[in-house]
Amino acid sequence: MEVILSQIFNGLSISSILLLIALGLAITFGLMNVINMAHGELIMVGAYATYVTQNLFNDYLPASLFNWYFVLAIPVSFLIAFLLGLVLEASLIRFLYGRPLDSLLATWGVALMLQQLARTIFGAPNVAVKSPTWLDGGMTLMTGVVLPYKRLFIIGLVIVTLLAMFLYIYRSHAGRRMRAVMQNREMASCLGISTRRVDALTFAIGSGIAGIAGCALTLMGPIGPALGTYYIVDAFMVVVLGGVGKLVGTIIGATGIGMFNTLFEFWTSASLGKVLVFVCIVAFLQWRPKGLVAMRSRSLD
Amino acid sequence: MQLKRLTPQRLYILIGYAVAATALFCAPLYLSDFRLNLLAKFLAFAIVALGLDLIWGYTGILSLGHGVFFGLGAYAMGMYLKLEASGTSLPDFMGWSGIKALPWFWKPFESFAFAAAAGILLPALLALGLGYFTFRNRIKGVYFTILTQALVIITTTLIIGQQAFTGGTNGLTGFRTIFGESLGSADTKRMLYWVTAAALLGAFVLCRFLVKSRFGRVLRAIRDGENRARFIGYNPAIYQMLVFSISAGLAGLAGMLFVFHVGIISPSTMAIVPSIEMVLWVAIGGRGTLIGAALGAILLNYAKSEFSASYPDAWLFFLGALFVVVVVFLPKGAVGLFGKLKIPQRRQSKHEQEPIGHSAV
Amino acid sequence: MSKNQSVILQCEAVTVEFDGFKAVQGMDLALQQGELRFLIGPNGAGKTTILDVICGKVKPSSGKVTFQGAVDITRRKEHQIAEMGIGRKFQAPSIFPTLTVFENLEIAMRQRRGVFATLVAKLKPEEQERIEAQLKMIGLQDKAQWRAGGLSHGEKQWLEIGMMLLQEPEVLLLDEPVAGMTDKETDKTGELLHEIARRRSIVVVEHDMEFVRNFASKVTVMHEGKLLKEGSMDEIQGDDRVAEVYLGKRRDADVSRSTA
Repeated sequence: MEVILSQIFNGLSISSILLLIALGLAITFGLMNVINMAHGELIMVGAYATYVTQNLFNDYLPASLFNWYFVLAIPVSFLIAFLLGLVLEASLIRFLYGRPLDSLLATWGVALMLQQLARTIFGAPNVAVKSPTWLDGGMTLMTGVVLPYKRLFIIGLVIVTLLAMFLYIYRSHAGRRMRAVMQNREMASCLGISTRRVDALTFAIGSGIAGIAGCALTLMGPIGPALGTYYIVDAFMVVVLGGVGKLVGTIIGATGIGMFNTLFEFWTSASLGKVLVFVCIVAFLQWRPKGLVAMRSRSLD
Repeated sequence: MQLKRLTPQRLYILIGYAVAATALFCAPLYLSDFRLNLLAKFLAFAIVALGLDLIWGYTGILSLGHGVFFGLGAYAMGMYLKLEASGTSLPDFMGWSGIKALPWFWKPFESFAFAAAAGILLPALLALGLGYFTFRNRIKGVYFTILTQALVIITTTLIIGQQAFTGGTNGLTGFRTIFGESLGSADTKRMLYWVTAAALLGAFVLCRFLVKSRFGRVLRAIRDGENRARFIGYNPAIYQMLVFSISAGLAGLAGMLFVFHVGIISPSTMAIVPSIEMVLWVAIGGRGTLIGAALGAILLNYAKSEFSASYPDAWLFFLGALFVVVVVFLPKGAVGLFGKLKIPQRRQSKHEQEPIGHSAV
Repeated sequence: MSKNQSVILQCEAVTVEFDGFKAVQGMDLALQQGELRFLIGPNGAGKTTILDVICGKVKPSSGKVTFQGAVDITRRKEHQIAEMGIGRKFQAPSIFPTLTVFENLEIAMRQRRGVFATLVAKLKPEEQERIEAQLKMIGLQDKAQWRAGGLSHGEKQWLEIGMMLLQEPEVLLLDEPVAGMTDKETDKTGELLHEIARRRSIVVVEHDMEFVRNFASKVTVMHEGKLLKEGSMDEIQGDDRVAEVYLGKRRDADVSRSTA
């Protein structure tokens, strides 16, 4: 019983991290059809932003305030990744709309440069971010089943981010403009929407969410320049599995991959578990080539 | 067709090929042993680039998984060399992991012929299998690309995780001889260089035959409009599977040759970064031209060996910037740039980009 | 009347659904050998969809399509249907832009289409002649070595028609072959159609009523996914229901045009 419960919690925890990473991708890949391989590096930027915030608190503020650095770090990570996203969109991505494979290669080049930049600034070795003390320890569900607060916090953060995104996309004017542009660019442009601005904003929001993911990852362990590459492919698999264009698909995709990953790793070994998950994804795509939640339309291709 | 006549232009091209081939085979005369060894490695990479160009440049399918195929070939040959180096005892890393007897799947690799065949067939069959489960269901474009990248991750994780059978992170190394000849001797190295040069030439001829045949025209037709090709009566999935498989086989062949020259194969050689670097070789040389792809591989690796040792940081910046510049400004690579100067009407139309999410037919 | 013997293509009670929306509802269509049939109707009547069903691009939710009286082609894949002898021309010209005009025709030509067949295929002299004759027919003999992507819109349409002819299908499905053509090009396409119709069965989806009137052949009118009327052009024009459906539409179309 304890084993089952803690495995389920583990699975949920992995799913929540995957989801947080994939949410940004669901926007840039799902809505804009841009394959942003630098997404992992935006996560890294968010993580280092948290690291820097922590250091600033340490150096300039009284120790009693240190525990609250994390509350500030979340918006700071979002903002820095958001701004970087804006720059990236304006300088590179906008030349690559409609060429997804090229966007993949070019952004991979950006990823390389960002990684190297991080190595130059912060050094190649991993750095540790000290989590606030109020996230230490965990909730004891029963003997042998402890749910760490850090992981619970991440799950909560994902839910809040998800809600915010949902409200933004489906309930705000800006979100309506965004959906209009993604669904029918020409028409939206005729109606007086600045598609350029919407593209830039959409991409930047996707990047900003990556920043939040990076901030959350500092709770899980030390961070380094290659932080993003560990997660990026898994996150892309989530979007592919979930189907493009709908948030629900991404949520189910992340939960599915996270749960099965935990399950298979528990049954076999970490490396075989990954193979099995991959086989399952390919098998699943036999049944639904367009992913779980696919938008069907008359225009094929 | 009307191309059969020997126009002056064709004559120049033929002379160019002849000069290049001569220079290639005479390289041992004018290069030091060290440089020759480097060149041999680059030639092996050029074989990968040719295969990658078949699937990407000519068929429009981007694979980020060629590191796996390359690695499988390298591991197949590495297993043979390892067994030969170990003689009657077990390979050293197996002993460290407490394995008592040679695992069954290692046994056949005692034979060189088996290892050489497996080095090409294993990657080709893996590609055929992956292609069967993707192209048939029209999983293509970025979806396919991401799946190939996932293939890289799981393969490297698997090899690292199964340390007792694969040598783990360290990979396979400590090779001594091939057919009883020392791998380190200058004579053997020269011989292996010739073998590699001949393999590259063979791969080039094979690829050229493929792309110049009607088969090659169907490939380009599939790249231009997969659905249209389907409504003419071609089954794109079969073509894509076959090309992907040939391409993987070539990468496997290159991997085998790589092991001879470098003497080590480890998961880091087949990881995500090397896999995507292979794509850059083709992109920079010019996708859709065989000679461009091969030259791209050789030149970029030459530049890498010159710069990366002395300026490792600057090299990664340079590599990243190169990706961006080539993709945004030089979609046809160096050869395209060269061609653009001569033949202005050959501007790449936007039709060549694979339209995803937009209706094409 | 031995009608059934000469029926080459028969659609029976074909229904197509897109996410609950019925684009085609129980459509019947029988095409005789050597017939030139026009398919007309207002926008959204399901004309293109029924062509999509016949060539295999869309699978119907019910109903069947038999080809040459025997095979139910709704179960076949697109390339198999094409190989059996049903050719399709789409609305937008879809040629292979990076291949030359000659190469476009070469791969479209009737031949064995397996991978090994194309690997060893050599251009035989008679094939060369056929392609050159075709080039002449579509007026592109001077542009044989051009990249097809560089042709004008009308030339692309002809190239595509030329490709379809070399494909030698039993049944040709044409979707608005004269859309976007100049008057002169339209006339020439009309001549081409006349010539083709002598040897093959053709289904043409068309909006241009002037163009349809030039042919003395059977016309099928579709409306809201159903068969509305079938008959000669005169019968169609005299039909009240057709007039109602079309006049309503026509007025809309005129309004949108004058305000555009």
